Amino acid sequence: MKAILVAESRQGTLLPGSYETLAFAEKIVAEPVMFLVGSQASLPAFPGRLYLADADVAGEYNPEEHLRLLQEVVAKEAPQIIVFLHSSYGWDLAPRLAFALGAGQVSEVVDCQEGAMVVPACNSKLRRVVRSSGDVTVVTLQAGAFSLANEPGGSPQVELLESRHDGQVEFLAYEAGELGGVDLSKAEIVVSAGRGIGKPENLAMVEALAKALGGEYGASRPVVDAGWAEHTRQVGSTGQTVSPKLYVACGISGAIQHLAGMKKSEFVVAINTDRDAPIGEVADVLVVADLKQFLPALTARLSA
Amino acid sequence: MKILVCIKQVPDMESRFKLNAEGTWYNDQDLAWRMNEYDEYAVEQAVQLREQLGDGEIVVVSVGPDRVKEAMKKALAMGADRGVHIKDDASHEKDPFQIAAAIAAYAADEKFDVTFTGMQSQDRGSAQVGVLLAAHLGMQAVTTIIEFSHEGGMTTVHRELEGGLKAVVRVPLPALFSCQLGLNTPRYPTLPNIMKAKKKELLTLQMADLLKASALTTTDETRYPEKRGGGLVLEGDVADQVSQLMTILKEKTAVLK
Repeated sequence: MKAILVAESRQGTLLPGSYETLAFAEKIVAEPVMFLVGSQASLPAFPGRLYLADADVAGEYNPEEHLRLLQEVVAKEAPQIIVFLHSSYGWDLAPRLAFALGAGQVSEVVDCQEGAMVVPACNSKLRRVVRSSGDVTVVTLQAGAFSLANEPGGSPQVELLESRHDGQVEFLAYEAGELGGVDLSKAEIVVSAGRGIGKPENLAMVEALAKALGGEYGASRPVVDAGWAEHTRQVGSTGQTVSPKLYVACGISGAIQHLAGMKKSEFVVAINTDRDAPIGEVADVLVVADLKQFLPALTARLSA
Repeated sequence: MKILVCIKQVPDMESRFKLNAEGTWYNDQDLAWRMNEYDEYAVEQAVQLREQLGDGEIVVVSVGPDRVKEAMKKALAMGADRGVHIKDDASHEKDPFQIAAAIAAYAADEKFDVTFTGMQSQDRGSAQVGVLLAAHLGMQAVTTIIEFSHEGGMTTVHRELEGGLKAVVRVPLPALFSCQLGLNTPRYPTLPNIMKAKKKELLTLQMADLLKASALTTTDETRYPEKRGGGLVLEGDVADQVSQLMTILKEKTAVLK
């Protein structure tokens, strides 16, 4: 079996998540061939064949051109599987390739078993085992689901692809997220508020607990989207990544995007009314309780 | 301008899910249903675009059994003009390619200028249907947008990337946009608009009349995730929970003295 592994480059630098595609290829025992629209200056440590297109010409976001380049590689290599990350790049490009090839796509793969792929459903409360019926399959991998046992090494044998700057979609610029605010990545204790706090006024209970513990408060994406907390306090894949000694998740269900930002915490306490909430999977302690009763009681005890 | 919005009805994610008899998906009895959260942003963006332009038509389309009309009525109450229900009692057995093919079969002749979808559904989460629909219709798609503006025939959007970074992208119409959470603030339908929505056209088409394509993926089974275990669950009286947690934090972490 042969796998095309689609690596990613952003602002001229290879994204380390690209190695997760290599770990997946090892797991399914496939011969890996890499594809990257990127730069000679930032190549993956990989001892195999790498098809490289120059991102300065093609653009880092130019789906039509990236699709054309990938199709060229697929035609040359005739792979059985094409592997993307389930990322802003992967979920954008993978279905375009699947459509062009008439191939089935399986999204956000977390595991594989007997030729089928395991994917999460319903906010990770269920697992679905999915199989592609054709000769070629396109998959996207959940961030962090596959990792290499050893440090990657070696240099690729680079085959240059000639790229053009064609395409109707015009990339204009990158825009950085809001700067400033609090650096949660250095905090030893983080207490985060999720949608379960119910209303903005209740954020004060979370702040009070953070203060009583001597930590900082953070927030999940829905709380930031609702305007209840600043973006600079957002924990998760589109916000900050934290690794405190203690993480307290208040009313956070535990969507994968949130877990990606806090799963390196040393000790996790979750407080939730939903005993089945996926946050329970990563929590050392799950307190099944109403935040409005539990948080003030805990804060009072800590302050006593 | 003609605007299409694709929405899905999904269960409340706080539900306790049971499996269906075949073990292929969740049992759809006794669940609270709502509009897929991402799709609410899609509907809102369509309504805002029409408000900005001062005219245009918004069609909302949804695939599934009769119950999905409830979610469609909400979209109509938010401001969509008419609905097209693609009736399919077994829509959970269709794969993303088929769902996109069926919507494309309907949309092909309608010549929509702009299509909005959610970036994914909360239950399946494939994030494929929007991009596949655009591919079926031969138009461009831009996924995961968190800002949208339309000026002088050109549409500029911000895509949300990882780590807070955004990409600013311009694309000519017709095009499809998949909407990320936070794109806008979805409005609550007002009572007069809910009443008005009841009089809006809601056409039903049959899936079998639209769908010719076979599935490219199939589900072997659906199951619960393996419990990793180890995590302690504290239930019961709040004062007891606080005492137990204090003891655990003192023993297991270095943060409490």
